[in-house]
Amino acid sequence: MSEKTTTNTSFFNDAGNRALLFQVVLLTAVVAIGYYLFHNLQANLQDQGISTGFAFLNEPAGFPILIHLIEYTEAGTYGRAFLVALINTMLISFIGIALATIIGVVMGLARLSQNWLVAKLATVYIETLRNIPLLLQMFFWYFAVLAALPHPRDSIIFGDFFLNKRGIYSPNPIFEDGFGVVIFGFLACVVAAIALIVWAKKRQTRTGEWFPAYWTSFAIIIFGTIICYLLAGSPVTFDLPEASRFNVKGGMVLVPEFVAVLVALSTYTGAFIAEIVRAGILSVSWGQTEAARSLGMRDSITQRLIVLPQALRVIIPPLTSQYLNLAKNSSLGAAIAYPELVAVVMGTTLNQTGQAIETIGLCMLVYGSLSLSISFFMNWYNKKMSLVER
Amino acid sequence: MAIEFKPSPSLPPPSNAVGAVAWIRKNFFSSPLNIFLTIFSLYILYLLVPPTIEWAFIDATWTGENKDACTAGGACWAFIVAYFDQFMYGLYPQSEYWRINLAAIMLAVLIGMFAIKSINKLFLSIVILVIYPVVAYFLFAGGIFGLEVVETSLWGGLFLTTLLGVVGIVASLPLGVVLALGRRSNMPIVKSVCVVFIETVRAVPLITILFMASVMIPLFLPDGLNFNKLLRVLIGITLFSAAYMAEVIRGGLQAIPKGQYEAADAMGLTYWQSMLLVILPQALKLVIPGIVNTFIGLFKDTTLVYIVGMFDLLGRIQSATHDGDWLGTTTEGYAFAGLIYWAICFGMSRYSMAVERKLDTGHKRN
Repeated sequence: MSEKTTTNTSFFNDAGNRALLFQVVLLTAVVAIGYYLFHNLQANLQDQGISTGFAFLNEPAGFPILIHLIEYTEAGTYGRAFLVALINTMLISFIGIALATIIGVVMGLARLSQNWLVAKLATVYIETLRNIPLLLQMFFWYFAVLAALPHPRDSIIFGDFFLNKRGIYSPNPIFEDGFGVVIFGFLACVVAAIALIVWAKKRQTRTGEWFPAYWTSFAIIIFGTIICYLLAGSPVTFDLPEASRFNVKGGMVLVPEFVAVLVALSTYTGAFIAEIVRAGILSVSWGQTEAARSLGMRDSITQRLIVLPQALRVIIPPLTSQYLNLAKNSSLGAAIAYPELVAVVMGTTLNQTGQAIETIGLCMLVYGSLSLSISFFMNWYNKKMSLVER
Repeated sequence: MAIEFKPSPSLPPPSNAVGAVAWIRKNFFSSPLNIFLTIFSLYILYLLVPPTIEWAFIDATWTGENKDACTAGGACWAFIVAYFDQFMYGLYPQSEYWRINLAAIMLAVLIGMFAIKSINKLFLSIVILVIYPVVAYFLFAGGIFGLEVVETSLWGGLFLTTLLGVVGIVASLPLGVVLALGRRSNMPIVKSVCVVFIETVRAVPLITILFMASVMIPLFLPDGLNFNKLLRVLIGITLFSAAYMAEVIRGGLQAIPKGQYEAADAMGLTYWQSMLLVILPQALKLVIPGIVNTFIGLFKDTTLVYIVGMFDLLGRIQSATHDGDWLGTTTEGYAFAGLIYWAICFGMSRYSMAVERKLDTGHKRN
């Protein structure tokens, strides 16, 4: 530092000094604006008689919520309602991510298909859905498609499934006492399967002998669980939906709000994921496939051991941001009254209590942590899959 | 005596390996799976295409006063015809439509003038970015030269959608550049301010930001100082897409080799000179696809203003479908809106591909 100042430049011509000065000005400005806004906020809140703090979370909410996975009644508190909404958001995000991934992979592969017709159909699907706003698609599914379903009295019936305006009714499994045994058996099978995979991998590195560990462990999990289920005396009964004259009663109901949000989110995000999958697979040069073939690998092995690991490296980072987008886009469910976080907290709760700062802050915090945890997981997975360079 | 070797001409490929027959065999019937896929696709096409054409064209009704006119069982396009003005201009007074049309024509002419070679592009850009917005604002809002004042709450339809989209796009690009440069800066405070802003905005959905713009901002301003909801929403949308834009541009900045930065420094250019003349022209060119994707995203996201109570194209359609005269015409409305959004977004993505090809100077890795 001292060498710099010995040159005969003036104070303001020194890059270091200017940087320091500029940053001091910026910091002062940020702090000053922050203080000014905070000051206004306090004054405004005092004028309007709004109390700050999260005490309102303990007050009774007094509004019903259509979908609640945990116990909730109108007498529940705002805190409870918040929790219900949070679970709804996470529910739609996780199911949506799983579905969108499946759709995306299928459509991405279809667009690369040798079959001209299949490739063109996939292209039309992708280019249509990607270029139409998600909110419009959600409205379409909710107000145009699902609202056009028949009235409950003339439901469409497939066996024990009923389809009508009020939703999709399906048998509801009721878990009886012995079900713990089945869960325990399932977990044991999973542990056994993982142990088998680890053992097979170790043996392959040691002796070179190959063992179909994935198929075997898949079979262990499926058949093991079924055997446990039978041994425990089939501890699951089904509550079947029944059609009465004007309505369908009982069973498990998927309400149209849920279906519309889920379908719109997963098909829309699926179109984006399809393009990512396609780009990933195209990024692996054809030489890799040819090299694998010349080593005598079967096509399935080539795909699994040569193409896929290299494609995944390209796919994962943009895939992560699609997952994040899906989680954030689930907030659009508010527009068709799916009771997720924005609808319940920033909609009803905000309207009833007027606690704008707290409710919006709470929502931003939740979405922030949801985004962070998804990106944390995907970064971990990315690191695991990434090329180890020496 | 030497015998000259004369190869006989090559035989043509077997007739089943060329031409339409071979193409069909290769694409549709090369394996059992492929045959199944072909039949499956044809079945899907059969299920989707004929009923759609029948609904949209053959059985459609194009004119009528209300839903009762639509008796053919197909699409009721009369609904779109009846509401067309509202879908385009919102509740803007009918006698003043010419103002919006004039502004649109002016913009089209100004942009079209870029094609004329003899015109100074810098001058034209300044006209479009500085003078035109002022003129357009006074045309839309009125209040001078005897133009009737039109409240922004009456603005709506495709007009509002375009306004939000264009202003958002024009404002978010420079802001994104500044944020990206800030994030790459050596100054720790500048860097952390930019990082915190970008990451916070990217972590939350646009709805929360729009809610913030419509509900929370008034709480942060002193009494009496309050500005228009449209402006607040515009600021929200711009800040939101600027954060995404910043990340796209940062990608471009990172892709520029260090030698370019050093060469610019060695030429004695100042920071802004080296950025504007050397780095940014290269970096922005690299990330055109990303920038246009962000633009498309922004344009689609303008539909969200409906949730905070503004009636853009989708909002106007949504409210028109509740009209008692036209109940049950939701599908037609959504199809119309979808077609407009699709055409604009698809057009943007194709245009970006053309620009990319035009600007490609061959530095890209192939």
